[in-house]
Amino acid sequence: MENQFALELKNITKTFGKTIANKNVNLSIKRGEILSLLGENGSGKTTLMNMISGIYYPDEGQIFINGEEVKISSPEDAFNYKIGMIHQHFKLVDIFSAAENIVLGVRDGNKFSIKDVNSRVEAIANKYGFNIDVKKKIYDMSVSEKQTVEIIKVLYRGADILILDEPTAVLTPQEITKLFDVLRKMREDGKSIIIITHKLNEVMEISDRVSILRKGEYIGTVNTSETSENELTEMMVGKKVELKITRTQTDFDRPLLEVRNLSVKGDDGSKKVNDVNFYIRGGEILGVAGVAGCGQKELCEAIAGLRKVEDGLIMHKGESIIGKPANEIIEMGISMSFIPEDRLGMGLAPNFSITDNMMLKTFRESKKFTVDSEKLKEQPKWKAFLLKSWCAVKNVAYKPFVDRKAARKRATELIKRLEIVTPSTETPIRRLSGGNVQKVLVGREIESNPNVIVTAYPVRGLDINSSYVIYDMLNDEKKKGTGILFIGEDLDVMMALCDKIMVLCHGKNMGIVHASKATKEDLGLMMTGALDLSEKNKKEYGKAKDSNLTDEQWIQKEKEESALKEGRNDG
Amino acid sequence: MIMFLQNAIRCSATFMFGCLGEIITEKSGHLNLGIPGIMCGGVAGGCLSVSLYMGAIPDPAHPSYILLLLVGILGAIIAGAFLGGIYAFLTVSLKCNQNITGLALTTFGAGFTEVIMKSLEASGGRQHFSVAATYIAKPLPFAESLGWFGELFLSYGMLVYLAIALAVVTGIVLKKTRTGLHLRAVGENPAAADAVGIKVDAYKYGAILTGSSIAALGGFFYVMDFVQGLYNSYQPVEAVGWLAIALVIFTLWRPSLSILGSMLFGALYTVSNFIPISSQVANALISFVPYVATVIVLLSVSIMGSKNVQPPASLGLNYFREDR
Repeated sequence: MENQFALELKNITKTFGKTIANKNVNLSIKRGEILSLLGENGSGKTTLMNMISGIYYPDEGQIFINGEEVKISSPEDAFNYKIGMIHQHFKLVDIFSAAENIVLGVRDGNKFSIKDVNSRVEAIANKYGFNIDVKKKIYDMSVSEKQTVEIIKVLYRGADILILDEPTAVLTPQEITKLFDVLRKMREDGKSIIIITHKLNEVMEISDRVSILRKGEYIGTVNTSETSENELTEMMVGKKVELKITRTQTDFDRPLLEVRNLSVKGDDGSKKVNDVNFYIRGGEILGVAGVAGCGQKELCEAIAGLRKVEDGLIMHKGESIIGKPANEIIEMGISMSFIPEDRLGMGLAPNFSITDNMMLKTFRESKKFTVDSEKLKEQPKWKAFLLKSWCAVKNVAYKPFVDRKAARKRATELIKRLEIVTPSTETPIRRLSGGNVQKVLVGREIESNPNVIVTAYPVRGLDINSSYVIYDMLNDEKKKGTGILFIGEDLDVMMALCDKIMVLCHGKNMGIVHASKATKEDLGLMMTGALDLSEKNKKEYGKAKDSNLTDEQWIQKEKEESALKEGRNDG
Repeated sequence: MIMFLQNAIRCSATFMFGCLGEIITEKSGHLNLGIPGIMCGGVAGGCLSVSLYMGAIPDPAHPSYILLLLVGILGAIIAGAFLGGIYAFLTVSLKCNQNITGLALTTFGAGFTEVIMKSLEASGGRQHFSVAATYIAKPLPFAESLGWFGELFLSYGMLVYLAIALAVVTGIVLKKTRTGLHLRAVGENPAAADAVGIKVDAYKYGAILTGSSIAALGGFFYVMDFVQGLYNSYQPVEAVGWLAIALVIFTLWRPSLSILGSMLFGALYTVSNFIPISSQVANALISFVPYVATVIVLLSVSIMGSKNVQPPASLGLNYFREDR
């Protein structure tokens, strides 16, 4: 074999208008190798991969496949060179079966027969150890199953070079293990695999070599066995980053949010949150751990007033918020940000600019006029009166209009503070990369100066640096005395960041533990329901010693609430 | 009774052509509201070519059956493809709003047909239409010798059988072939189709042109067969066109169901001629039964909420490649 590289990129440059997405990038991958491509959000990883898969065409530079220079100008060309890309956002037809999606666009000269396709797909699945039901429709599939379909789709086309764009971002730990097993089998089979990911532990676990990009520039390639997480981070960020999350120590205030016996139903009518008790103090971060879909979303929505509460009490500073409309709850200082699996689905309008999205939350504020009181003193009385009246008139006149200027100012501040990569404050956010969109959402929620923050998966899919910016923001809020409910995925992060961790399993509270005393094993057992600490001290979790209400008042509130509920049911 | 069924089935062919044309178009993700105009265009194209043909042959009283049929069909198809081509260029290439383009096309098609028909009348080109119609509507052989069976199944002009055959073929193509799979993918998720190398725009053009050509045959059939050459009464074609679009929803985007649906609509459309009520109001009431039926089906489809009977997911949305 004269050339050991399956794919080589030399001095690739790509610009979009004034933005340089890639500059002189060199990359090479051998046969039977897994290469990790590492870089922060907006460092040009996806652009680079899109050039290999024929979606974009490089401005400068050369691409070699098996030592021969090639031009890839369309996705079809890429298929012909046996390159297959698995996109971060799946490109599947929902109402088609797995097999129909896999065979889509294939023109192999064989007579088209869905039965043959089914058996060929099953053969591929068996070879690499996928679990797949070829006849299942995409709309019935979980995220992990959809990903399997995407991977088989490129294998069916005979791809030898596979590119996976952040494949693990939306998978559970068990699904990630399964995916990695499959990838290793493919490597043994001589396939070349490029994997884009932010999670350093995954990079260390799966890849043979790591290539690093920073702000569109190629930094270098290292062998995984000869490097460390710290070195990789330094190459990626360009400076030393302390990989330790600090748990800010604060003096805890009195409980801000107290939840007792909360039950909430999901969309399908089943009980998604079941008799949950907890409280959050000011200056405290309460983590919520659990396998995806265990009632986290329903809990968030119940607190934010978006979902009907079946039973129980949610008290904010001693006042019930059940039955209140969402805008009143926001005015009370409770903010909720939920990052769903597809990251764009909730809370932001994709066609709106950052400014417009900021205004979605503050649209009630309009421009306020005030007169400088010092100046007024110098004026004669009648003039001062006129000035004041004019100001009042202006305030009334401007009432129907939103204050765009202030929103733009806030947007500019947010961009600066969170280092959001965007051409301007007026660019539609759907044009930003996933991580930057997320910063806008979380940033906006914190910006509104709440006293309780409910945040679900705020760092989902974010690179290390941005994640730490978000952790810092949360810690800053904590110092201000804000109570934070942090719904997370990564147990390591939660154990380092949170003060206490509550574990949900099928909507039940399995126990609340101090993060400093908890072990990962115990938390894992609690997540699967094998360990239930709540048996011992049931109901105690919702009872703070210094509750805002006395026991008698609680009983009173409970009665009031059930009376109200009956009234609502009768009505 | 047989008379009524016969009439219903004959009438259904107009619906079937229009409905099939719209199904094929909608499968590519394009909602063509220009179908009524395109069906009118079929009237113009068909009549113009028939008139030219009849004027060119030495003995206009005895034209050749095959040639007459082919010339008429070709004329209608050319007119349909022309109007469909305008729609396709505006919505696929220039990404104009589909609804507005379609509505404009309906207005344009109706007006354009009026001009052609008026000028045909002025030049005396319509004198052979009743002769041509007897040829085009000629029933199959043995129709009269087989009693009720012949009357019910064999007594129609060639175009009725063409409509049914097209519906069956379209159903098979959509369901069983690679082309059908690709077309459905384009209408469901053009980005997914594009990513696997399917030429999205080519499929869209193909579907719109094919659909428009088929729909145009409906107009030609209506004038030359259903009303037997009384070209002056071509105006209802536009109303039938709107019903055909409603019928697409009624048949849940399935060509095979469009045969049955069209017959039902045909029956509802012609039933007022067979019910001995003289009241205009009652007649008007009966004529809107098809619309009510469509609304009911639409409601039940959305209440059932099954993903299998929903319209193509990207119906009415133009595809911009850069929007990822």
